[in-house]
Amino acid sequence: MSTDATLSFEEAMEKYDPVLGFEVHVELNTKTKMFSSAPNVFGDEPNTNVNEVDLGMPGVLPVVNKTAVESSIKIGLALNCKIAESCRFARKNYFYPDTPKNFQTSQYDEPIAYDGYLDIELEDGTVFRVEIERAHMEEDAGKLTHLGGSAGRIQGAEYSLVDYNRAGVPLVEIVTKPIEGAGSRAPELAKAYVAAVREIVKNLGVSDAKMERGNVRCDANVSLRPHGRERFGIRSETKNVNSLRAVEHAVRYEIQRHAAVLDSGEPVIQETRHWHEDTRTTTSGRAKSDADDYRYFPEPDLVPVVPSREWVEELRATLPEPPAERRKRLKQDWGYSDLEFRDVVNAGVLDEIEETIAAGATASVARKWWMGEIVGRAKNADVDPGQLGVTPATIVELSKMVEAGKINNKMASAVLDGVLAGEGTPAEVVEKRGLAVVSDDGPLLEAIDAALAAQPDVAEKIRGGKVQAIGAIVGGVMKATRGQADAGRVRELILEKLGVNV
Amino acid sequence: MAAINRDDVAHLARLAHIEMSAEELDRMAGELAVIVDAVKSVSEAAGDGVPATSHPIPLSNVFREDEVGHTFTAEQALSGAPDSDADRFKVPAILDED
Repeated sequence: MSTDATLSFEEAMEKYDPVLGFEVHVELNTKTKMFSSAPNVFGDEPNTNVNEVDLGMPGVLPVVNKTAVESSIKIGLALNCKIAESCRFARKNYFYPDTPKNFQTSQYDEPIAYDGYLDIELEDGTVFRVEIERAHMEEDAGKLTHLGGSAGRIQGAEYSLVDYNRAGVPLVEIVTKPIEGAGSRAPELAKAYVAAVREIVKNLGVSDAKMERGNVRCDANVSLRPHGRERFGIRSETKNVNSLRAVEHAVRYEIQRHAAVLDSGEPVIQETRHWHEDTRTTTSGRAKSDADDYRYFPEPDLVPVVPSREWVEELRATLPEPPAERRKRLKQDWGYSDLEFRDVVNAGVLDEIEETIAAGATASVARKWWMGEIVGRAKNADVDPGQLGVTPATIVELSKMVEAGKINNKMASAVLDGVLAGEGTPAEVVEKRGLAVVSDDGPLLEAIDAALAAQPDVAEKIRGGKVQAIGAIVGGVMKATRGQADAGRVRELILEKLGVNV
Repeated sequence: MAAINRDDVAHLARLAHIEMSAEELDRMAGELAVIVDAVKSVSEAAGDGVPATSHPIPLSNVFREDEVGHTFTAEQALSGAPDSDADRFKVPAILDED
C-alpha cells in the first residue's frame, strides 16, 4: 500500500479553506425491521432474524413500520427540520450481495425531513451552526465477511459469507449541507457534529446510538479551496468512520492529503476513501463512475407516507429537552463553574450526577464522588464510569456516613472499593472491614499524649498561640490510629489538652 | 419518436448486468423508443391540473405496528442458496466495499 503525501495541518490551513459535509446513518432501535416483522436485534445467530421480505423472495410485499416513521419524524424535528407533507420511498438499484433484492429501499426525491439545522457547541463554547439538507428513511444492508486470501480484507478474498440479520433494519440518513467557514476547527467540528447527532438520537430514545456496534455511522466529505474562492474544490468521501475520535482524525488527515495533492498541481480525484484506524490514514476506494448510476425510481410496492400536521405536532409534544438546553439548565442548577461543568461533561458522568442528586446528594458531593473517586477507577478498569457499578444510593449512603462522622473521607474511598468488590452495602463493608472512626476518646487521648510527648517543641508552639502548627500533632495521631480517628475530634481534644481556646 | 439510441441501451444493459449482442442492442433501441412513446401518450391524456404520481391507487399511510412476527431458521433461510457455510450465504468475492 503506497502512502499518500500530506502537508502539515498548519501549512494546509495557511493555504486552503476546508469545506465539509456529513452523511450520518442512524440505526433505529425498533422491535422489528423497516419493512418486515422480523426482529431488529443485534448479535443473534446468523440468518435467524430474517423472513421472506428481508431475503427479497419473489412476490413478497413490504409494509412500513409505523414506529420507524415516528422515530424518523422525531429525528427530523430534533434537527429543526421541516417534515414533508407527503413523501415516498424509492428503489436504489445496485448489484452487491449485501442486499438480496438488488436494490435498497430508500427515499430519493422526497425525504421525510428537510431544511434543518443543528447548533454545535465546540469545546471552548463557540457555537457553530450546521445546516441539515435532509433526513430520509431507508433500510440497512446485510453484513459481509470476506474470507480467504489476506485475513478480513476484501483485496484478495476468495469468497464472502453473508448474514442478512441486519438487512432491513430501519435507518435514518442525515445529510448536511456543505459546511463552510470552520477553518482550522474543521476536525473538531466534525467530531462535535457527529457527537451531537449521536447524543440527540440517544436522548430521543430512537436508537441505541452505540458507534462501536454501528448504530451511528459517519461518511465524511472533505474538499479544499484556496482562501477567498467561492467555488468548492473536488471532494473525497471517507466511508464508515465509526468512532468520534476517528471522525476528527479522518477529516484532519484528508485535509492534509488534499493539500498535498493540490500543492503538487494535480487535481483531487473525486472518490471514496477507506479509513484505517491503525495507521490513521485513508486509502483509495473507487472513483465515482457509472456504478453510481443507481437508477432510482419510485417504489411501486409502498404507498406514500403523508404525515398529518396533527400527527407531527403530537410527536413534537413528546420530544425530550434537547441535550444542549439540558446542559445549560443543569449547570445553572448545580452551580458548577465552567471548568467543573466541562470536566463533568467530558468525563461522561452528567446523567450519573443528575441521578445521584435526585437520590439525595448535594451537587458538590455528587461531583466530588463521581469526578474524584469513580472516574479514575473506571479509567483503570477501562469501562465507562456509569458501567462501573456504583449506584446513586451507594454514594448517598457513603456521604451520609462521612457527614455523621462514622467514617472519614479516606475510609469512604476504601468502603467504595469494598462495595465494588462485592462485599455488600457501605454499612456492611464498614462492619466487615472494621473501618469505623475511633470515637472513643480514651484511645485517642493516649495517642495524643504520645504525639505531644514526641514533639514537645510543636506542643509549645501551639500553647504559645500558633494553632496552625497543630497539623503535625493531628498527623501523628492519625498515623498512630491507622487513619481511623476523626480528625476533627482529635483537633478538639488536642486544643482542650493544651488549654488553648480558639 | 423518443430519443433512445444504441448507446443508451448498452449503458442500461451494463447497469442491469444483461449481456446483449450487437443485433439485440440495435433492435432494443428501436423497440424501447416505441414503448416510451406509448407510455408518453398517457401523460398527454392528463390535463395540466393532474400532478404526476407513482401510485395509481389513492392510498397513503399504510403502516404496520412494530410487533415481531415470524422468522425463518437459518436452515430455512439457506434452503434455496446455491452455496452456504457456517449458517451464512456463500458468495464469490466482489471487489467493492460499498
